[in-house]
Amino acid sequence: MQISEDALKQAYRQMKTIRMFEERLHDEIMTGEIAGFTHLYAGQEAVAVGVCEHLDYNDTIASTHRGHGHCIAKGCDVKGMMLEIYGRANGICKGKGGSMHIADIEKGMLGANGIVGGGPPIVVGAALAAKLYGDGRLAVAFSGDGACNQGTTFEAMNLAVVTNAPAIFAFENNHYSEHTGVSYAVGSEDIAGRAESFGMKAWRVDGCDFFKVYETMGEVVDHVRAGKGPAAVEFDTERFFGHFEGDPQNYRGEGEIARIRKERDCITIFREHAAKKKLVSKKDLDAIDKEVSDLIDKSVEESRAAAPPTAEDVLTDVYIDYI
Amino acid sequence: MAELMLREAILQTLFSEMERDENVVVLGEDIVGGMGTDGGPEAIGGIWGTSTGLYDKFGGDRVIDTPISESAIIGAAGGLGLTGKRPVAEIMFADFLGVCMDQIWNQMAKFRYMFGGKTECPAVVRMIYGAGLNAAAQHSQAPHGILTSMPGLKVVMPSTPADAKGLLSTAIRDQDPVIFLEHKALYAEKGEVPEGDYTIPFGHARLAHAGEDVTIVAAGLMVKFATKAAKTLSEQGIGCDVIDLRTTSPLDEEAILDSVENTGRLVVVDESPPRCGLATDIVSLVTNKAYASLKAPPEMVTSPHTPVPFARELEKAYLPSPDKIADAVQRTLAWK
Repeated sequence: MQISEDALKQAYRQMKTIRMFEERLHDEIMTGEIAGFTHLYAGQEAVAVGVCEHLDYNDTIASTHRGHGHCIAKGCDVKGMMLEIYGRANGICKGKGGSMHIADIEKGMLGANGIVGGGPPIVVGAALAAKLYGDGRLAVAFSGDGACNQGTTFEAMNLAVVTNAPAIFAFENNHYSEHTGVSYAVGSEDIAGRAESFGMKAWRVDGCDFFKVYETMGEVVDHVRAGKGPAAVEFDTERFFGHFEGDPQNYRGEGEIARIRKERDCITIFREHAAKKKLVSKKDLDAIDKEVSDLIDKSVEESRAAAPPTAEDVLTDVYIDYI
Repeated sequence: MAELMLREAILQTLFSEMERDENVVVLGEDIVGGMGTDGGPEAIGGIWGTSTGLYDKFGGDRVIDTPISESAIIGAAGGLGLTGKRPVAEIMFADFLGVCMDQIWNQMAKFRYMFGGKTECPAVVRMIYGAGLNAAAQHSQAPHGILTSMPGLKVVMPSTPADAKGLLSTAIRDQDPVIFLEHKALYAEKGEVPEGDYTIPFGHARLAHAGEDVTIVAAGLMVKFATKAAKTLSEQGIGCDVIDLRTTSPLDEEAILDSVENTGRLVVVDESPPRCGLATDIVSLVTNKAYASLKAPPEMVTSPHTPVPFARELEKAYLPSPDKIADAVQRTLAWK
């Protein structure tokens, strides 16, 4: 599948933005300025970006509690996200959602989700709406290997099949649901096979290789947009950080994280592939790194300086205001 | 005005709202009835007779018969609502709330707030609730208290066919998630229903019976029982205000407090068990805000703290009744 140099640069910019956003959060959380739970997506960037590169704002996604990457890939405002994670009044959700609930409906981002398996049923609804709009839009549910064990996910896959809803179930198998390994928690370890058993077409792909993700998603999206029914993809991917920030990760193997960072880093793989095939110059990629680094610096600075919400705001946005 | 059964009022309202706004979509288990069978679509036409003919009129894209998957139904309603549609989901028995609690409680009820007020989810969830048909513990409950306790939801309990129409139209046009509770023992209740466009705003109680001595507060089927008790009592010279809440969220506090300030006595009738429920909520409202007006301790007529029993005799003993309500009224009058 062909991809233009501009699109490649944009994809790299998105991946790098997610990575730097996450690594910076990992550091900033140590300062104690950020409240609550934060679940980092770093390592899985090629999936979010490879999927969302095929979508526009009319297409919708629902995400997981590890949602920063999906939000950025779907075009959510990075500064607005950082402000939100810092709990600021001008955050993307006015400081009411925090890391786990970032959403931007105008961008087609239906929300990160604090409930494992919460997103797939919502995506079926968005897909049914897409079917009614009749203009080829679709909806994608990102789920981890943990969510593939939730009944909601099964209900959603079945309902999508019986209603021929243009839904894509994107399973990011990072081998851990919280602190439990996939070999223990997922019977058969074949998540794509589960989806296939509901009567939809399913793909399996290396989620650490952007080019493979992008190419596969092209086929998946074509299938769904052509009205051939819902589809599923299982991405084999890696989680660089713990389940949540502060997780000691003593359940991981010796040298495991160093190994995956060395051998399975999607950003390194992207750069190596781009250099080998002469797709984008190193100079251009380095320039993007600098641009992204500046954006993240600014986001953190502005977030630190921004005002928190006032106590009165606790009562607003529960119901529509008819005034 | 035409005289209609409550179930007919619901069906007609769904018809007219779907005709009025092409974004209205209905979904639920067996709402078409017969899908995938030799009998074919509309062989049943909806278990409750509240969706008969919708499929023939509006087609399968807007009348979505679903598998038995309550989480998927509510989640799909949430997703439809988030993306510009106006779903009306049906949960065949309100008891199945337990199966889809997450999608109601953590998802659709919280979208607006969690997402900083920038998101709307105009979804209606119709749930058929209540005891009286010997359907036993898992098909007879009245979970309005649980739902009312959830910020972000609006909770509606019509007691007459006219209110069913006016409140359902309002629910479908509302920008928030609305739980619309239809009592199965009221479906055959007949009454005059206004023709044409008819809406009733939420948060405005109805005075179902007027009197000077005691205030009775009720919702749904309990309004019928309370009104019956009030009529009997009026023959004995005792006057009761019967306040039909119509919506438990938002709650018309003013109507309750005004009436109690006038009568000085309160009886709350609730079909659900007494702990942490609607009755305790109303009693607490009145004792906090109209304590000085009270001439007697408030009375609660509720079901006991048990699951709903099956046998006729047991279910009768379980439910509040006009007699039990009248007794409670007498106790407030006799208190010294």
